[in-house]
Amino acid sequence: MITSGVGIVAAQRTSFNQPLALQGGSVLPAFDLVYETYGTLNAARSNAILVCHALSGHHHVAGCTADNPANIGWWDNIVGPGRPLDTERFFIVGVNNLGGCHGSTGPASPNPATGKPWGADFPVVTVEDWVASQARLADHLGIDAWAAVMGGSLGGMQALQWTLSFPDRIRHALVIAAAPKLSAENIAFNDVARQAILTDPDFHGGHFYEHGVRPVTGLRLARMLGHITYLSDDQMAEKFGRRLRVGAGSYGFDVEFEIESYLRYQGDKFAGVFDANTYLRMTKALDYFDPAQDFDDDLARALARARAKFLVIAFTTDWRFTPARSREIVHALVHNGQAVAYAEIDSAHGHDSFLMDEPHYHAVVDTYLKRVQL
Amino acid sequence: MSATAGQAVQLRADFDLIASWVQPGERVLDLGCGDGSLLKRLIEERGARGYGVELEGAEVLAAIANGINVIQGNLEQGLAGFDDQTFNHVVLSRTLQTVRHTERILSEMLRVGREAVVSFPNFAFWQNRLAVMGGRMPVSEDLPYEWFDTPNLRFFTLLDFESLCAKMNLVIRERQVLDEAGRLVTEEPNFLGSLAVYRLGR
Repeated sequence: MITSGVGIVAAQRTSFNQPLALQGGSVLPAFDLVYETYGTLNAARSNAILVCHALSGHHHVAGCTADNPANIGWWDNIVGPGRPLDTERFFIVGVNNLGGCHGSTGPASPNPATGKPWGADFPVVTVEDWVASQARLADHLGIDAWAAVMGGSLGGMQALQWTLSFPDRIRHALVIAAAPKLSAENIAFNDVARQAILTDPDFHGGHFYEHGVRPVTGLRLARMLGHITYLSDDQMAEKFGRRLRVGAGSYGFDVEFEIESYLRYQGDKFAGVFDANTYLRMTKALDYFDPAQDFDDDLARALARARAKFLVIAFTTDWRFTPARSREIVHALVHNGQAVAYAEIDSAHGHDSFLMDEPHYHAVVDTYLKRVQL
Repeated sequence: MSATAGQAVQLRADFDLIASWVQPGERVLDLGCGDGSLLKRLIEERGARGYGVELEGAEVLAAIANGINVIQGNLEQGLAGFDDQTFNHVVLSRTLQTVRHTERILSEMLRVGREAVVSFPNFAFWQNRLAVMGGRMPVSEDLPYEWFDTPNLRFFTLLDFESLCAKMNLVIRERQVLDEAGRLVTEEPNFLGSLAVYRLGR
C-alpha cells in the first residue's frame, strides 16, 4: 500500500520522426522516447521539471507500476506531494535516454535498415545528443522552458548541458554529485568495465541478440566494479566490515566475505536486466562529456552562455566525483558572475548519496525549489 | 535592553556602514555570510551582485531560503578557486576572531577583491578591560560567549590589528568604531569602541 509519493504510474511513449543529427556524425532517422510524468502541467506551462537519469537509470523515477507495487521509481524519495519535487506544484518528467534499454530507442531496438536489432551498429550517443532528444520531448509536451532540469552524476551533466545547449529553455539547473568532465581515473574505471563486457565471449562484437545469448559475465563484472566506486570506504566498513557469511574462512574461492556476497548479488541483479550495449554507450557518454574542450579547457568561458540559475550539490564521501569537481563548476560560474548556490552535504554514502533520503540534502533541494518562480 | 536586542541594534549599525561603502552594481563576497542577511540587504538596497561563503549547513540552508548565492566552504582552507580581483569588496564581518589562519585570510581577501572590509570585536573595549581587571574573562554584546564555549580563537585590539596591517603592508583606507549601542566612537576608540570596521587595500 502506497501511502505517500505519487502512487501508481504508467510510462508513455512518443515517436519522433524528424532525423536527429548526432555529435558523432551519424544521423538517427527516427527514435522513440519512453517517459513518465507526475503532477500537472500548469496553464502557463511554466512548472515543468525534467529529471535526468545516470548510468543505469531510466524514466521510472517515482511511484510504482500497476503490475508490481514493489517496482518503486529510482528517485521516489524526492518526488511526490510535499516532497522536494512537489507534485502539488511541479510537473515532473522522467525520460529514458536515447540508447537506453528501458523502452526508448537503443541498441536492442530494430534497426530500420536491417529489421534486426541495432546491436553494435547503434551509434554512440553523447550528453549533447541526449539533451537534443530531450528538447524534442519538451516540444512534444508543449514546454518552452523547464522551470528546472535536475540530475545526479551523469544526470547532473545533462542538467549542465541543458544550460549550454538551450540557454533560454531552462531557468534552473540542479547539478548534483557531478563533474564538469571525467578525470583520467574516472575514464580508467569506465574502461575496465567496458573491457569486461567487450571481452566476454557472449558479447559477439555487440551482436549477441541474434545469437540468443547475453554477455552476463562481463556485465556483472562491470557492475561490480562500478558499484565499488559508488560507495565509500567508511560505509563499506560499517555495512560489511570483514564479516564472513559463514563462521570461518574455508581457504577457497567461494563467497566468504559479506562484501563479496553483496557485490555478486548487485552484479547478478544488474546483469539480469541491463543491456551490455547500453552500458558501453552510457560510459562513453560520461567519458566524452567535456563542455570546456572547445574553449581551451576554460570552463568559465564554456559556461558563459548559460542563463540558468544553478544549485550545485556535492557529498563529502563521494570519491568518484569529489566535492572539488563540483567546486570547479561553482567557481567557473562565480567567475562569470552567474547565479549559483553550492551545498556540500555530509553523507557517508559516497557517490550514491545523491539517491539517499538524507534530511539536510533534501531540505536544500526543497528550499531551493520553493524559491523557483512559476 | 536585552543582549540580543542590543546586538541587533549594533549589527544594523555595522551593516549600515558596510552598505554605505558599496556602490550599485559592485560585486561583493561576504565571508562567513550566515543566513545572507547582509548580502540580501546589499542586493536589495544597493543593487550589489553578491556571493557568500558559509561553513555551517543550517546557515547555508537559510541563505538559500533568502535567495543568496551561497557557497558552502571553509575559510580556513583559503579562497582557492576564487579568481584574482573578482570582487569590489570582500567582507569579513565579526568573523576574523574565529579564524585560525589570520594572515592568510587577509591576504586571500585582497587577492580576490580590490578592498577588504573587516569588522571585529575590540578586546580592549573598556568593559572588557574592567572584566579582566576584576579577574574574569569578558562576556558582553560583542563577546557573548563564555571562555569554554567561545568560537573565538583570537583576542585582539584595534592597535593589535593595525600593527598587523602595517606588518602585512595593508593600507587602512577607512576605520569606523562603534560602541555597544551602535553609535560612532571618535574619541579614544581603542578604549571606548566595542566593534571596529575597517576598509583595507593594498
